[in-house]
Amino acid sequence: MTHGDDKEIQRLLKEAFPPVDRELRRDLWPAMLGRLEARGSAVRWYDWALLALLCIWMFLCPQGILQLLYQL
Amino acid sequence: MELLEGLKEGDLDAFETLFRQFQGDVYGWIMQVVRDRGIAEDLTIETFWRIYRARERFDTEGAFGAWARRVATNVAIDHIRSARNMEQLPEQLPSKETPDPAIQREIREKVERAFLRLSPKLRVAAILALVEERPYEEIASALGKPVGVIRTRVFRAVRQLRKQLERMGVTP
Repeated sequence: MTHGDDKEIQRLLKEAFPPVDRELRRDLWPAMLGRLEARGSAVRWYDWALLALLCIWMFLCPQGILQLLYQL
Repeated sequence: MELLEGLKEGDLDAFETLFRQFQGDVYGWIMQVVRDRGIAEDLTIETFWRIYRARERFDTEGAFGAWARRVATNVAIDHIRSARNMEQLPEQLPSKETPDPAIQREIREKVERAFLRLSPKLRVAAILALVEERPYEEIASALGKPVGVIRTRVFRAVRQLRKQLERMGVTP
């Protein structure tokens, strides 16, 4: 920022974007905890993928269901 | 160090302690970029959520604050990227009295419009370097880039802003 023109752009930007209050006014931990709990209980995509594969397998090889039950 | 080890192992108490210690710093950093209290709060939570998810990759020898700030910067850039198409001008505080407030307001709106046309990366570099006047080294660290890259981004931002403003009839 050595040129006068650049300083002028900087001045215009500072006028357009006045200083903001950067102080955090409340504790965000309760919201964070809510987020962790919500995501923790969500079923992950690979669980759904696994379930889908199992359904496809049972559809294509219905005789396998009995074998599966026997193994369980 | 103990806290960082705890975080890495998924200890929620360690995470809470780090969260409470650094939430203000992360929020303040994001606020400089997005300039909206509600959005900054949401993005602070998103930042810590990403940190928690990536905790196993964290190098406990490194500084947590620097890592958090880097994640926060990426979160802010992602937000700008996703919000770009439906963006509105940020809320303004009343400006100082000037001889002709109408003309001043018009110029300010043009500057804001020109600024919103910059790419997210240029916007973040420009607002931190030119508006907030943060040191280049600090911005470079938060973006995980060399100082030279930040200088280039600021230079490009200024050049593009000047070009846009000239097109709008404002000659800086």
